[in-house]
Amino acid sequence: MTAEDWQIIGFTLWAAALGTLLILPPGAALAWLLARRSWPGKALVETLVALPLVLPPVATGLILLKLLGRRGPVGGFLEKFCGLEIVFTWRAVVIATAVMSFPLFVRAARVAFEEVPVRLEQVARTLGRSRAQVFLSITLPLAARGLTGGAVLAFARALGEFGATVMVAGNIPGKTATIALSIYSLVQLGQDDAALRLLAVSVVIAGAALWAAETWLGRRKKKADPLAPLPHG
Amino acid sequence: MQTPSLRLTDVRLPLAAFHLQVNATLHGRVTALFGSSGAGKTTLIEIVAGLRQPACGRVQLNARTLADSATGAWVPPEHRRVGYVPQEGSLFPHLSVRANVLYGQRARQRGAARVAAPKFTLESVVETLEITPLLDRPGVNSLSSGERQRVALARALLADPEILLLDEPLAGLDAPLKARVLPYLARVRDEFAVPMLYVSHAPDEVMALCDDVLVLERGRVLAQGAPRDLFVPAREPRYVLKTAAS
Repeated sequence: MTAEDWQIIGFTLWAAALGTLLILPPGAALAWLLARRSWPGKALVETLVALPLVLPPVATGLILLKLLGRRGPVGGFLEKFCGLEIVFTWRAVVIATAVMSFPLFVRAARVAFEEVPVRLEQVARTLGRSRAQVFLSITLPLAARGLTGGAVLAFARALGEFGATVMVAGNIPGKTATIALSIYSLVQLGQDDAALRLLAVSVVIAGAALWAAETWLGRRKKKADPLAPLPHG
Repeated sequence: MQTPSLRLTDVRLPLAAFHLQVNATLHGRVTALFGSSGAGKTTLIEIVAGLRQPACGRVQLNARTLADSATGAWVPPEHRRVGYVPQEGSLFPHLSVRANVLYGQRARQRGAARVAAPKFTLESVVETLEITPLLDRPGVNSLSSGERQRVALARALLADPEILLLDEPLAGLDAPLKARVLPYLARVRDEFAVPMLYVSHAPDEVMALCDDVLVLERGRVLAQGAPRDLFVPAREPRYVLKTAAS
């Protein structure tokens, strides 16, 4: 492993982790709204959120490029008023991974919230707790398994993001190159050995994340399974 | 025993099969909401608990108006001071037995729903319901059906309610277990003096526990009165509604 390899691995892990962390609060809030509330425009929002799942990733990348570029509405605003450059920087990598992982997390989180029995939340309300207190003390802990599963899935997706990232962040060595982008360019350059090293690292990281999640979730399931059969008597 | 006054004035709510329409004052220590399955009993208890909003009408508990469509008054469930025990108990599966029992008490000790001097202590409630040995269990999954109902009852009592709303608490239990749990309900009635609204479709339970009965049929009040005036002895079940017997 070269110093360059370690830089790529570190940057990929950092960008994927930051992208995942960024989507957790809005993703959980949106998933809860989709699971528990009816509101005008809900179907439209559902479609928009799911769009990155079905669009070619480079198409999503192109949309991001147009939005976040210097002449784009968001990118232009950020550069003019905050002095922030987005495209072809690490910020673009984080945004691309976040956008591509968002629908996966929202879908998992929505199912997690839907599986919490409404009756438990109602009982908690009658026991004197406000909506916010019920959410924090009942809904969130009971949905924790599903939310964690969704976060791990989002992180794994972020680690391997390619199409949207290459469009909006390019593949700049030492600046925006991630494991996935580097594997592609190394193969293009005929440096298969270096590409295989990064491939092995990818497998180890993704496998470790999934194993950790499964182990933790499995332990939680054994500890408190609301669907376990009741003893009688 | 505190004299309860739960007044339902022209409470209406359209349901899938019929329109619920109730006009009644409930004044028993333990009032039974009696009727066949799908008569609207659970819906009515949910309206009292604040879990459903009636299309129109007024709900008053003692001196307080909990809901009034004419004025737009609406007290949310957390401020109603009702102790709701659903059919399945609905214990929180991620909390220990002790945390379940104390869930409502903690809420009443803080925040807007605060009660200055709670009527019941943890010790008195758990001793009466004989759940002291269960308190140290780390989860509720190991509890039997009867234990679950007693823990749910303790949880509701410790929230210091003005009225207990019990939605068929014995429905999921077989006959011998029912016979073991019923005395605990009678103890709550006699020792804690909390008025109860008791949903049931079992005449035996109503005769054993209640002193007032509201009979519901397809969302309408069919009759109201003392159990002995509304039920006649029968072979199996041991009591039936007079109208059904004649």
